[in-house]
Amino acid sequence: MSPPAEEPLERRAAITGIGQSAVGRRLGRSGLDLTVEACLAAVADAGLTRDDIDGLATYPGMGVGTPGFAGPTGPEVHDALRLRLNWHDGGGEGPGQMRALIAACLAVGAGLARHVLVYRTVTEATAQGGGGRQGIGGDGGGDGGGGVPRFSGFLQWMLPFGAVSAVNWIALVAQRRMHEFGLTRDQLAQIALNARRNAAENPAAVFRDPLTLDAYLGSRMISTPLCLFDCDAPADGSTAFVVSHRDYAPDAPRTACHVQAVGTALRGRPSWDQFDDLTTMAARDAAAAMWERTDLRPADVDVAQLYDGFSVLALVWLEALRFCGRGESGPFVADGTAIARTGSLPLNTAGGQLSGGRLHGFGLIHEACVQLRGDGGARQVVRRGGPPEVAAVSNGGGPIAGALLLTRGRG
Amino acid sequence: MTARGPALRLLPALDDDNRFFWTSGADGRLRFLRCPACRAYVHPPAPRCPECLAAGLAPEPVSGRGRVVAHTVNVHGWIPGSEPYLIALVEIDEQPSVRLTTNLVDVEAEDVATGMAVEVVFDEHDGVFLPLFRPAERTAP
Ligand SMILES: [Zn+2]
Repeated sequence: MSPPAEEPLERRAAITGIGQSAVGRRLGRSGLDLTVEACLAAVADAGLTRDDIDGLATYPGMGVGTPGFAGPTGPEVHDALRLRLNWHDGGGEGPGQMRALIAACLAVGAGLARHVLVYRTVTEATAQGGGGRQGIGGDGGGDGGGGVPRFSGFLQWMLPFGAVSAVNWIALVAQRRMHEFGLTRDQLAQIALNARRNAAENPAAVFRDPLTLDAYLGSRMISTPLCLFDCDAPADGSTAFVVSHRDYAPDAPRTACHVQAVGTALRGRPSWDQFDDLTTMAARDAAAAMWERTDLRPADVDVAQLYDGFSVLALVWLEALRFCGRGESGPFVADGTAIARTGSLPLNTAGGQLSGGRLHGFGLIHEACVQLRGDGGARQVVRRGGPPEVAAVSNGGGPIAGALLLTRGRG
Repeated sequence: MTARGPALRLLPALDDDNRFFWTSGADGRLRFLRCPACRAYVHPPAPRCPECLAAGLAPEPVSGRGRVVAHTVNVHGWIPGSEPYLIALVEIDEQPSVRLTTNLVDVEAEDVATGMAVEVVFDEHDGVFLPLFRPAERTAP
């Protein structure tokens, strides 16, 4: 498909403000407290006050999930900041966690709002204590009533077999990639090692101590072939953005990150186990759709922030976004040089979620903006003597996927 | 020794759409909805055939044979008291696009291979017949 003749609506939007709360393991602060901190930082960063904010969007909004997953609802933040809104949105269904940001871009493009505050907050580390990630079924949530709950919806096809965590479902993807493409654990490790190297230069990252290949290979298995270091770490933190109409960009105090294209497609079945190609799942569709909406090409991308809730997902995205061929992501990352900060495609430069903390997609968008602005400090990527001009971001794994292409200048 | 599954079986809530599936193993047969028009097997259950939109889907037995698409050994103790167990994705011989997330049983983890032929065996818990799979005694390819 050739790019649409009409300019994509999302291109009228730019990220003019970014904000992040304290990030850490078990901060012991409420989600609303962290959210307000991040939101106020983003609004100030955009050179605005809350009176300028006329839109609000969040993922996943009012919802279920394991403790600490959902963060405060839109109405809670709306009221806490006494916003006067022309448009508001929250929900957990859509193209990955970035669905909230994409919705904000479309609202701005459609003229429903001029400055939309977008946030995602997690307090999973505090909520789950020191025990780490919980299984989906671990807290009940079924509808049995009395005793052990029973489960409906898609969980009924997973939980009876002890496939209680996304790590089990994604482990099947990793194993299938080993079978089909010859992916090795040494190659998988490069995603975790690269993340840890970058986290060392990110003061906000939750894991900054050096990680060696031997330590990776010697760590305990969670669900084969995925070990402890293939899984991201529950964290507390809130990330917020101001998405403005691009007409505001010249007046914004900081460099605006223009939205070049978004990828929202889900052309296969929306299912963890029935999706036609287990090795790609929805990333294939979201990435393809993003490239259909722009004349930029994979070779134009200077820096990539790709979802690494599990290490193998970053490999899936590298292929889906065509930074390498199908099945070739293992060799692409094998010696770690291509994805290093000085490589051809610097990847997850703040430590990703594996070492930066599970800010659930929004941390990756935040780092893309940091890099485009040239604010990365010791971890700043340099391209052609300056900051990167084009950043690719992806969110999600399995049947959940969204992709985003940001540019430093107006697209 | 690889366990047969988790120490505690979290069970489905039975309703009018899924009851046939979760009780199908009472007579040792695995069943899926099948379309009367295009003959596609449909899973999970749906009110009409998602391929041709025909109505009138009804459960039909299948051979219970399939192949392992992917497999993993869960080691982490999500469910207290569990020993490592095998989770697999199995495609059914009649229509490989129909897959089940399941446990592989009567086999050690190191003996499992992608593409391996398997056959269904049912474990019953409180009236729910969970379809699990074991290596098949296959006579012809
Ligand atoms: Zn049909």
